[in-house]
Amino acid sequence: MTSLTMRGQAAVSHKLAIDRLRERRNLDRAAVDRFLGRHEIPIVEGSRCTFLHRGEADEVRLLHRTVGLPGDLPFARIDGTDLWFVVVELPEGSRFEYQLEVAIDGRRDRFNDPLNSRLAHSPMGSTSVCYARGYQTPEWTQPHPESRPGELIDLVVPSRALRRDTNVSLYLPARFRRSARYPLLVVHDGDDFLHYASMRTVLDNLIHRLDLAETIVAFVNPGDRLVEYANSAAHGRYLTTELVPSLEEGFPLVGSRAARCLMGSSFGAVAALSTANRYPDFCASLILLSGSFVFTDIGNDHGGGPAFEPVVRFVNRYRAAPRRVVDRIFSSCGIYEPLIIPNRSMLHTFEGAGMLVRYVEARDGHSWENWRDRLQEGLSWIYPGPQKYYYE
Amino acid sequence: MRIVLLGPQRTPALNAVVRSMDLDGRFATITAGWQEREPDDGELDDQLDGNAVNLSLYTRWLDVLERDPEFAAAERRLRTVLDDVQEVYLLRLDHGLRAVCDVQLRGDAGPLKEEALTEAVEAVRTLDEQHLQRISAVHAEFYDRWPPHDRTVIAQHREAVARLLRDAAALVVTGGHVGVLVTAMHLFNVAAALDAPVIAWSAGAMALTDRVVLFHDRSVQGAGNPELYGRGLSLLRGVVPLPHASGRLLLDDAQRMSVFARRFAPARCVLLEAGTRVDTDGDGSCPVGTRVLDVDGRVAVLEAA
Repeated sequence: MTSLTMRGQAAVSHKLAIDRLRERRNLDRAAVDRFLGRHEIPIVEGSRCTFLHRGEADEVRLLHRTVGLPGDLPFARIDGTDLWFVVVELPEGSRFEYQLEVAIDGRRDRFNDPLNSRLAHSPMGSTSVCYARGYQTPEWTQPHPESRPGELIDLVVPSRALRRDTNVSLYLPARFRRSARYPLLVVHDGDDFLHYASMRTVLDNLIHRLDLAETIVAFVNPGDRLVEYANSAAHGRYLTTELVPSLEEGFPLVGSRAARCLMGSSFGAVAALSTANRYPDFCASLILLSGSFVFTDIGNDHGGGPAFEPVVRFVNRYRAAPRRVVDRIFSSCGIYEPLIIPNRSMLHTFEGAGMLVRYVEARDGHSWENWRDRLQEGLSWIYPGPQKYYYE
Repeated sequence: MRIVLLGPQRTPALNAVVRSMDLDGRFATITAGWQEREPDDGELDDQLDGNAVNLSLYTRWLDVLERDPEFAAAERRLRTVLDDVQEVYLLRLDHGLRAVCDVQLRGDAGPLKEEALTEAVEAVRTLDEQHLQRISAVHAEFYDRWPPHDRTVIAQHREAVARLLRDAAALVVTGGHVGVLVTAMHLFNVAAALDAPVIAWSAGAMALTDRVVLFHDRSVQGAGNPELYGRGLSLLRGVVPLPHASGRLLLDDAQRMSVFARRFAPARCVLLEAGTRVDTDGDGSCPVGTRVLDVDGRVAVLEAA
């Protein structure tokens, strides 16, 4: 793997825009204004990305959670100006989320990069994002005028297992017909997938492009996420004996194991896998995105904190006696997230248990846009569209 | 039976073809492959000088599903069984074709390798044949239990379709979803009622054959394995039509194309690109100049014998 490196550690062959600026004499405010006006920030030049901050400060740092890079990256100030910079080498195709930390008079403020309008959103808020050379937002994640929109209907499904009413958004594909029969996809953290991974748009587009079979999708949401998604028997019971049977009663679903798939990211992936593990006759496929499959080989120092205790116990047990719980698993993980090692490890565990696995890595982090960008590959592998039948 | 296969009609050439055939009267058309868009056939009607009569097979099919729920439920069960059969076939096919590929990649050419390759391809051909037989058996059992002519709604539609076909100067079949086309044309017994020339392109051309081969080398998931879908109307034998061949197939990959051609030989794999016209009579004979895949995996042009 090509590592992400700061300048000084990587060979520099071409002069960067920031270096040309620094070489200028009489660098005044107007020159800096013109420089910033001329460039899109961060400045991406080949694999090198220059991050900038303008303002009086004692210290400026680039904050990130990218595995492989040193911790917070210090900016350098250009003499005689209030312009700060740091150059980071990002391999082709990378997406890099970050924030700035500015220290003034002992106070430290953390915020998104005011010079960069690109933001990535999540339930935790937003962060700035840098697209390295070669990264392009997939066009199928953007609304397309020819894609006929599916319908989202809100359901309330009472659950005895969870002891609460659950809110489910149900996606019905365009051209939905009661006389047809559809496969079912259950998506954990459903509202977040709709809000932060554009999943409704993605479904509309993939179905329109014939990449994905017409599918009914149930977007489910947790109560106490760290409990319900951490190998909870109640959650598994909810999905298999309450939610899905009620959907199969009320909607034209195929209703067989082969036509059921569970999907989740992070803890949601643990919920999907642990449910399949409890009920191996329930569904044939899983989509596991950046699964929080933290485990220990010895001792108990997993580094995940108390919330991960039940996850670690589950994953350790599963790894000790792996078994075939579904037929097919689509699994993906970002190379720049700490979960890359557990996910790579699980690949062999899954395959060894006799399941067909498609595993994909992305130059990205633990983020909703990473998971959004994997949807085409994952969904079209699990429920392939009818493209092979169409000859216009 | 006179059959004319055409390339995709994004730039329509149908009008010129029809005029060259010196046909007079009304044209029965099948646009069921377009599904919900079946009635949007204005441009097609223009190409036929306003003489098109759409058989509306998709609309009839939906009508059957709605008015004969017992048959609809049985048909859904049939679809589930066929999906299972296809899935198992694809599993086995993948292994079979991987074996072919592994042999192709192995060391220098020689008699041992050629013999092994022939046997590996033969194993795939056997699998294809078994699959066709299995599908036919499933269909036969279904039609045994649910004879379409005994279903009132289907019988009414069959009669109407036969009447329209009787008066047609020719039948024109467009592209679209090949599975829907085959299902609708079988259900309404088009082959039995047909006594006129046929002009067809894309999925329409595939639906006329005795073996419908699905292929797509450029899908999201990469090159898929060409697979047998089942039997078409068998009005055209010994031909595997390849619509949009250059767009859908890795024609530059001679080894891959060679396996394709060898799998379905002696049937001819005929490339149907934009502008193509192939006049045939149903027995697979193709005119000089027809572009086909040869067993070496190259695109060849048929020459005079």
